[in-house]
Amino acid sequence: MIKDNKYYILFFVVFMILLPLAYVVGLVDINTITLWGRYFCFAIAAIGVDLIWGYTGILSMTQALFFCFGAYGMGMYLTLSNLPAGTTLPAFMTWNQVSELPLFWQPFESFPAAMALALFVPAAFAAVFGFFVFRSRIKGVYFAIITQALALAMFLVFSRNETMLGGTNGLTDFKTILGFDLRSSNTKLALYIISFGVLCLVFVYAKNLVKSKFGKSLVAIRDSESRMRFTAYKVTNYNIVIFVIAAVIAAIGGILYLPQTGIITPGRMSVQASIEMVVWVALGGRGSVKGAVIGALLVNLMYSIFTSLMPGAWLYVLGGLFIVTVLYLDKGIVGLFDQLKQKFYPVKSNS
Amino acid sequence: MLVVNNLFVSFGGVTALNLERFSVKENELRVIIGPNGAGKSTFMDIICGKTKAQKGSVLFKGQELMGMAEVDIAKMGVGRKFQKPSIFSGLSVFDNLLLGIKTHKNVFSTYFYKLKSHHNDKIYEVAKMVGLIDDLQSLAGSLSHGKKQWLEIAIVMLQDADLMLIDEPAAGMSDIEAEKTGELLVEASKTHSVIVIEHDMKFVEQIAIDKVNVLVRGEMLTEGTFDEIKNNKDVIDCYLGSPDSAQEAKVA
Repeated sequence: MIKDNKYYILFFVVFMILLPLAYVVGLVDINTITLWGRYFCFAIAAIGVDLIWGYTGILSMTQALFFCFGAYGMGMYLTLSNLPAGTTLPAFMTWNQVSELPLFWQPFESFPAAMALALFVPAAFAAVFGFFVFRSRIKGVYFAIITQALALAMFLVFSRNETMLGGTNGLTDFKTILGFDLRSSNTKLALYIISFGVLCLVFVYAKNLVKSKFGKSLVAIRDSESRMRFTAYKVTNYNIVIFVIAAVIAAIGGILYLPQTGIITPGRMSVQASIEMVVWVALGGRGSVKGAVIGALLVNLMYSIFTSLMPGAWLYVLGGLFIVTVLYLDKGIVGLFDQLKQKFYPVKSNS
Repeated sequence: MLVVNNLFVSFGGVTALNLERFSVKENELRVIIGPNGAGKSTFMDIICGKTKAQKGSVLFKGQELMGMAEVDIAKMGVGRKFQKPSIFSGLSVFDNLLLGIKTHKNVFSTYFYKLKSHHNDKIYEVAKMVGLIDDLQSLAGSLSHGKKQWLEIAIVMLQDADLMLIDEPAAGMSDIEAEKTGELLVEASKTHSVIVIEHDMKFVEQIAIDKVNVLVRGEMLTEGTFDEIKNNKDVIDCYLGSPDSAQEAKVA
């Protein structure tokens, strides 16, 4: 435990102090900072995937969708607050002959309301969808297929111009956030620090959650759902709640992701995007919160490196990594380290 | 405590169970024996809501159980131990027991649950009783088969179910382990009603302090004390076999 704390402190010091410092003295440029800021958003989403899949054993293909719900919420606020002077409507609406701001857009004029909705909409969506699916005791592969269908359906809905969310082009062209210039380095650095701070908070929250009795019951559901039922737990409600929690965590990641990327399109919510999130967690180590974070950061870092060095090779590398994980690394990278530790520093059985 | 009337179950036209009447009193330890496929496990499945019966009624504390969901039946106080040990293999033994403990089990209470000292004491007490006190921190999945059986019994005991349905507790256990299991069940029956399914006649003899039922091809062949059952001609023919018949079989 003490050893673990040492790593956490190291992690914190590197990303909270050293990296920003390196930027200030000019060793690292601002794009690298923003890149890491984005990775942190993915890591936040990965924690959500780990809670629902790694701990509870429910393979959900909607995590990228909830991520996008958050991002779109932020995007709608930014769109409205960045309207060019003299216009009352986003450009894509004007092109579609819309003369008035649709009703569901109106709350997004205020930042607090937009943030509240960006979290509440995915939560409500997950609750309603989860209620019907979990009540019917759909699980395992069938759950994965149903959520996959849902993700595809939502992708198609968001891609339509009639949905009034920018169609396939999505939402983009933001210049300021709360009055701060999004292109200025200071804003970028601030977003990076906020993202990292939120990642830490979500991490601590998830860590406490899995240690609590609620977290134990999630693992229990994964191991033996029927035993759980016969021990008088209403498994359906537990599934719905963790599905909602995972959705909200994904949305938090999405909210922070948008201002650092500057664009959100329906492509982000595709099934592939959700599968990628699952791959991060599988690689890092499922059933371990730090595994999810390590996996998300590592895979995305590798993605950046490979796509700039040899663009064609990335998919093969990712595929290869996934195969190796499935075949040999049941518990991912975290599990590998534990195994190595066991091998080189065997713990005495009585300690 | 438990009254079963005219229960009828069939799977695809094959009658699995056809019970006219069966009842268990409070704090009774009832043993059900019978050959494979006699419908013993099916009977328990119906009581705890895992399988639905076509006809009949199952009254528990005067309330009809048929048609209720497993969770609600469990909440009413019916605990079930399965034939194949069903435990939470990814959790420690302590956590397994913690989840078993009778308390509010809705999401909200679980989410904000703090370990209470009397729950902690209870876990240690039961762990001591089933001989898992030294294994509390081990992963449940790494326990031996016999210990897994005890763990599951312990979960059911902590649930404080008024009626405990125990399916083949001694399966795969050594004689010493089985004897200990027997003591455990006899002890439990002082404060709970217990129904046990078992094959091992030596084990049955140990725990049959009350009545024994013999189930054959879905029907109740007879009910009586262990000695009555042992010497019942029908039971010997259908299930136990006699020393003579064994001899005959050998000669033939």
